[in-house]
Amino acid sequence: MLKRVHFPSSPLPYLLVAPQLAITLVFFIWPASQAMYQSFLIEDAFGLGSEFVWFENFEALWADQHYLDAFLRTAVFSLLVAALSMGVALLLAGFAQRVVRGAMFYRTLLIWPYAVAPVLAGALWVFMFNPTLGIFPYFLDFFGIDWNHYLNGNQAMALVILAAAWKQVAYNFLFYLAAMQSIPNSVIEAAAIDGAGPGRRFFSIILPLISPTTFFLLVINMVYAFFETFGIIHAVTQGGPGSSTTILVYKVFNDGFVGLDLGGSAAQSVVLMVLVIAMTIVQFRYVERKVEY
Amino acid sequence: MAEIKLTDLTKSYGPTEVLHHVEGEINDGEFIVIVGPSGCGKSTLLRMVAGLETVTSGEIAIAGRRVNELEPSARDIAMVFQNYALYPHMSVRENMAYGLKIRKLSKAEINKRVEEAADILEIHQYLDRKPRQLSGGQRQRVAMGRAIVRDPQVFLFDEPLSNLDAKLRVQMRLEIRKLQQRLGVTSIYVTHDQVEAMTLGDRLMVLNGGYVEQFGTPIELYDRPASVFVAGFIGSPAMNFLPATAEEDGLLLPSGIKLVAGLAQRGQVLLGMRPEHLIPDAAGPIAIEVEMVEQLGANTLLHGTLSGTDHAMVASVSGHVSAEMGTVHRFAVTPELLHLFDPETQKRLEA
Repeated sequence: MLKRVHFPSSPLPYLLVAPQLAITLVFFIWPASQAMYQSFLIEDAFGLGSEFVWFENFEALWADQHYLDAFLRTAVFSLLVAALSMGVALLLAGFAQRVVRGAMFYRTLLIWPYAVAPVLAGALWVFMFNPTLGIFPYFLDFFGIDWNHYLNGNQAMALVILAAAWKQVAYNFLFYLAAMQSIPNSVIEAAAIDGAGPGRRFFSIILPLISPTTFFLLVINMVYAFFETFGIIHAVTQGGPGSSTTILVYKVFNDGFVGLDLGGSAAQSVVLMVLVIAMTIVQFRYVERKVEY
Repeated sequence: MAEIKLTDLTKSYGPTEVLHHVEGEINDGEFIVIVGPSGCGKSTLLRMVAGLETVTSGEIAIAGRRVNELEPSARDIAMVFQNYALYPHMSVRENMAYGLKIRKLSKAEINKRVEEAADILEIHQYLDRKPRQLSGGQRQRVAMGRAIVRDPQVFLFDEPLSNLDAKLRVQMRLEIRKLQQRLGVTSIYVTHDQVEAMTLGDRLMVLNGGYVEQFGTPIELYDRPASVFVAGFIGSPAMNFLPATAEEDGLLLPSGIKLVAGLAQRGQVLLGMRPEHLIPDAAGPIAIEVEMVEQLGANTLLHGTLSGTDHAMVASVSGHVSAEMGTVHRFAVTPELLHLFDPETQKRLEA
């Protein structure tokens, strides 16, 4: 047990945390409680009045096949984004660690994408993959692939996954690099003397030793894919074609601000909030305990 | 089994040369200790033999085979690291079996070897534990176990005992020596601890600033140090040095006293006397003004200056001696136990 340390009471500590508390209140607690309240209401078609309906909005969600599809789509999307960005980051970190000359230069370049705003990242990919102007559809044509993400839902999905993963690679790279650098060099050297080649060292020594980082990044990337990819999707596909790239967070926006179903949209955002809280709990509870060697 | 030959070995980092023309031949089954102060290049030399550092020029040969270009795994060596370098996510058994699995030995053979090594090192009860559940001494044993299961031609030790407490260090030191004698594997052991070096090595290679100062048996190094550095490094407490002038009728000390010795040398020399070779003698020529007394139990160290000068001197006297601060004690010394060095080259002068 920690002993309590007694400080002379003064208003200063309260003043110092006040700005942070104010920000949390205004930008999180208040909107979250508003969303909660809104999710219990149904507005009439003209927005003139609303009725308190308890859980009717939620019931409607579970009965809505579109919503359940979006749920599945989000799961696939976020798993693929996490897997792709973490895989690429792991590979890059593995190589960056072996680079001796100009290591800082490479690392700086690899970190840059993280500083790009999501909408800009989306715009970049839109241009690169534009069916008529883009460079990639031109190359893909040589392989007989007819690229048009405006018409093909799977291609649209692939594109937003690529764009979202690309942006997250930098972040994952940083964490993987730090994790790899914290492995004592002598452990790697011992494995080399034991006869393990670079590939074997990577899979049997480095990968298990950085598994706590992998778990941490998995949660972080899932949360990222759930929420922060909104900008990318909005810029690249706007949820289309059809609803093939409409993930949960995009559906919240679409139903609420385009479809003007405020109650249903609020209910969706409450579901999302519960999901992210659950993920955070998982992370806090298990990240330090479960994945330890 | 293997002998190791180092020929004109040089290591540079960019323009900085850190090892200069190291030569040495290590016989089959010999236990060699490389000793020197930190930064002298001893670990670098070991890592070059292991293949963890490249060779700038010169040659390393193990069992008559040039290994400069070989990967560490192809050199048939095993290394024990200072921080043990155990794989933290593997049990003790898996740690020891890792290298054998890579060599694609059969399950039965791997099991047999691990059990044998565990018997030798008495680590049977820890085989299924993870390294973090072991104490420092136990980890040390596991690290050695991992080395011996491989049955290599050469053992390399990089300061393996420096993370252990003093008592355990003495115990492990003996065990390493016994183990090496039992297995008869050629070994190179790096340490900065001269006591460890003296007790372990068949021969010692003293490194200083990237140069080999002397390469010989512990007793050779103690009795006939080749340079001022070796003389000061080997032996505890360190040797006393006094500037002196060699004249026809003896050595003129800075205190104005002459030590009688029939010397061939003339002119300025550096005189070395080991503290334990100073014998209390009321009529002795060497007078020390005592400034501090260290009681070590078995013997007593008298720290002071050569009377009438400010040259620091230490004398080691067996048993308990009480000495007042500022009193003068006189000592005699046998001429055969004097060491003379050239003040210019720092090399030994033969009397």
